Amino acid sequence: MKKNITRMLMLCMIPVLALGLAACKNNSSVDSPSQSSSSALSGKITMAGSTSMEKLSNSLVEAFMEENSSVTVTAEFTGSSAGVESLLADSVDVGNASRNLKDSETGAGAVENIVAIDGVAVVVNPDNPIEDLTKDQLISIYKGEIADWSEVGGLNEPIVVVGREAGSGTRGAFEELLEIEDECQYALELDSTGTVVAKVASTAGAIGYISLDMVDETVKAVKLDGVEASAEKIKAGDYFLSRPFVMATKGEISEQNELVQAMFEYIYSDAGKELVESVGLIAVD
Amino acid sequence: MLLTKRIPMKVMQEKGRNMRNSTISIVGSRKTKRISETIAHHIFTICAFFAVLGVASITVYMIINGTPALAKVGILELLFGSDWSPTAANPRYGILYVIFTSIIGTTLAILIGVPVGVLSAVFLADVAPKKLVAVVKPAVELLAGIPSVIYGLLGIMILNPLMYRLELALFKGSATHQFTGGSNLISAVLVLAVMILPTVINISESSLRAVPDQLKAASLAVGASKIQTIFKVQIPAAKSGIITAVVLGVGRAIGEAMAISLVAGSSVNFPLPFNSVRFLTTAIVSEMGYAADTHREVLFTIGLVLFGFIMMINTILTKLLKKGNRNDD
Repeated sequence: MKKNITRMLMLCMIPVLALGLAACKNNSSVDSPSQSSSSALSGKITMAGSTSMEKLSNSLVEAFMEENSSVTVTAEFTGSSAGVESLLADSVDVGNASRNLKDSETGAGAVENIVAIDGVAVVVNPDNPIEDLTKDQLISIYKGEIADWSEVGGLNEPIVVVGREAGSGTRGAFEELLEIEDECQYALELDSTGTVVAKVASTAGAIGYISLDMVDETVKAVKLDGVEASAEKIKAGDYFLSRPFVMATKGEISEQNELVQAMFEYIYSDAGKELVESVGLIAVD
Repeated sequence: MLLTKRIPMKVMQEKGRNMRNSTISIVGSRKTKRISETIAHHIFTICAFFAVLGVASITVYMIINGTPALAKVGILELLFGSDWSPTAANPRYGILYVIFTSIIGTTLAILIGVPVGVLSAVFLADVAPKKLVAVVKPAVELLAGIPSVIYGLLGIMILNPLMYRLELALFKGSATHQFTGGSNLISAVLVLAVMILPTVINISESSLRAVPDQLKAASLAVGASKIQTIFKVQIPAAKSGIITAVVLGVGRAIGEAMAISLVAGSSVNFPLPFNSVRFLTTAIVSEMGYAADTHREVLFTIGLVLFGFIMMINTILTKLLKKGNRNDD
């Protein structure tokens, strides 16, 4: 009987503990340094920059710290420009930017190291005869200025504008690249790539955008300005709905300390490429 | 272990437990009896405390997490602003349309679901032949067990395309209407109405069956028809049970997220029938994944608002229910 009471008490403690853990979770964005000293490398790397690169940076930090247990990598997500600024001010080792570096930035000594490419595909229903859209047409469609496919040379059918929820990385990339942030008139804001694909596949007049690697045969990816959405075209720089993910360093990688060099070695290795692809990005050669 | 007098249920259960352990018996001695009594007392207290702890910790957690954003954004802007653009350069966090959607959507679902549910319950309790009851009742019970995501999938595959056809026919050539492909308030309301059916039917039916037969017999004896008896005698007599069914139905409808997030379209708009809409629940679910900072805190505040709504509805409806009972007496 006494045992039962202890057990009951312990059961009562569980929600309290869970509550405590949940409260802690919000604050612990960065893992604490590991104590093991078996690895050759040890020290600290700091990164700051693009919020769009959060997923990539976090996976990289996790994987790299697992390989080198005495290295601590911290990543902050302050925005591309702020990231490069902190790099140039010597407050971080690596500045993350989800765009090409500006001339003013490279002039000040920042070196552009492209680690991955983010591509967004525009998809329509397979029954839609539209094959090609121009940048202006795409902008007009998403701003709600064009509401019927006949206005862009398609069938006489209303356009159902499908997008992602606020905060989604794909939505951020799409709106940023077309420079239509907060101007989109979405009919539907769906909360996952899967739902966007399902909706576009089942609705005749729908148009949506998804990560390039998520395109499947149930939807049709349209050409943009005559360029088809493919990893090759994106790498060649012809496809406009794509952006580089840059991890900028002050000076060439070879001039960095051995920790930063090791991290870049890891990113460009096969394991690193796998990691890049696992977060839905295109790896660079 | 002969029992010579009536003992309370509590002790009986305790005794049953102690049977396994032959050294302790309630009639063994004064001392052991007192030990088993105290232990039982404590166990019951702890169990009761467990449920209270659940409610209390949720309440505290929601208040702690939901209030910071209220102060940051401003309670008026949050509750009465109609512009929801949390990731804009100049973010706006108005959830007025979302609140409207939840209120209007739930009300409509109740208006459709409750009459259908109560009349089905009458059918099952009084009208249907026994063989038919044997088929319909399991079907209704099965309906209650279907996960909500299945309702959502059926909605997206069947209901939405039908709605889209209706939308295309109704708004043909309209320059102002934004086509949603059938993901709209009506779809969400229909899905919700079907989802609350099993709750309403099951509880209404058992309360109808609990109405004493004499009432029905008396009504029939003074010459009322069967239908008159059902509407003037049986349903009023089962009123409190039916109100409970409505309360639970409202709870299910307002708290549902998964099914609606698939069929309602999730854009923040004023809840007109053919607009894509976002409910309080879907507002949390759809943006929690990537939300950060104030945006995230506001989502917790939406949770607090939802929590407040459910508490309010429960209190008000339970009060109404108690009042109804008093009138009956």
